[in-house]
Amino acid sequence: MFIYTRPAYQFCQVVLQGYLDEQFYQLEELQDESSPNFVEEVVTLFFRDSSRLVANIDQALQKYPQDFRRLDNFMHQLKGSASSIGAAKMKNECTSFREFCNKENREGCLRSFQKVKKEHAVLKQKLENYFQ
Amino acid sequence: MSSPRGGGKERGGDGERQIHVLAVDDSSVDRAVIAKLLRSSKYRVTAVDSAKKALELLGTETNVNMIITDYSMPEMTGYELLKRVKESPKLREIPVVIMSSENDPDKINRCLEDGAEDFLLKPVRPSDVSRLCGRMRS
Repeated sequence: MFIYTRPAYQFCQVVLQGYLDEQFYQLEELQDESSPNFVEEVVTLFFRDSSRLVANIDQALQKYPQDFRRLDNFMHQLKGSASSIGAAKMKNECTSFREFCNKENREGCLRSFQKVKKEHAVLKQKLENYFQ
Repeated sequence: MSSPRGGGKERGGDGERQIHVLAVDDSSVDRAVIAKLLRSSKYRVTAVDSAKKALELLGTETNVNMIITDYSMPEMTGYELLKRVKESPKLREIPVVIMSSENDPDKINRCLEDGAEDFLLKPVRPSDVSRLCGRMRS
């Protein structure tokens, strides 16, 4: 039975650039004949949820006074999902955001969130290319 | 009897019966991953997105061999679900495993002291699932 496997160099490219870590490889290892599109399905779920969370955080950051607990809660969810698909760079930026949140540093949160959004967009592009 | 890989069969009076795990996580990504990890070990999996739904299912489904739940969930946390299960005469024998992305020793100890079978750090790995193999309710 033919099972399509992605060229190893393609995976290595995304990993070596630091965007994905070993967890993504673990997801690929779980993919099998019973769920041949498992990784793509999980990634699709991730971008569906993460896009919603990014929008929620954007909206929450516009409010005054800032509800840092709510912001942290959203970012905790985003970080968790990023970690689950191996999105290393994005996970790190989420961690930075939470540190600013804990210090109730709104300016820091705003700056950090721009980085989170950037990593999110870049990752989306890279994974779209990867699955083509 | 479970296979070395954590195979999800147990001996029953009517022959082998598939071990049934209830997975609880509000994150659709994590739910998909934990369900796949468990199914890869040949367990039957029901995945729900809240502790409330988990308790509803446990009220009707008698054949649950293990509950694996995220800690941080809205409305009812995994810890609160653990307490409800352990306080129930009908459910208390079901092992409950807690998952969390946060390595908080106080949280971990509290869960274990209050009856959690194990505490897994996310992202959960196949080796984590393997070590649960011998601890399913028979």
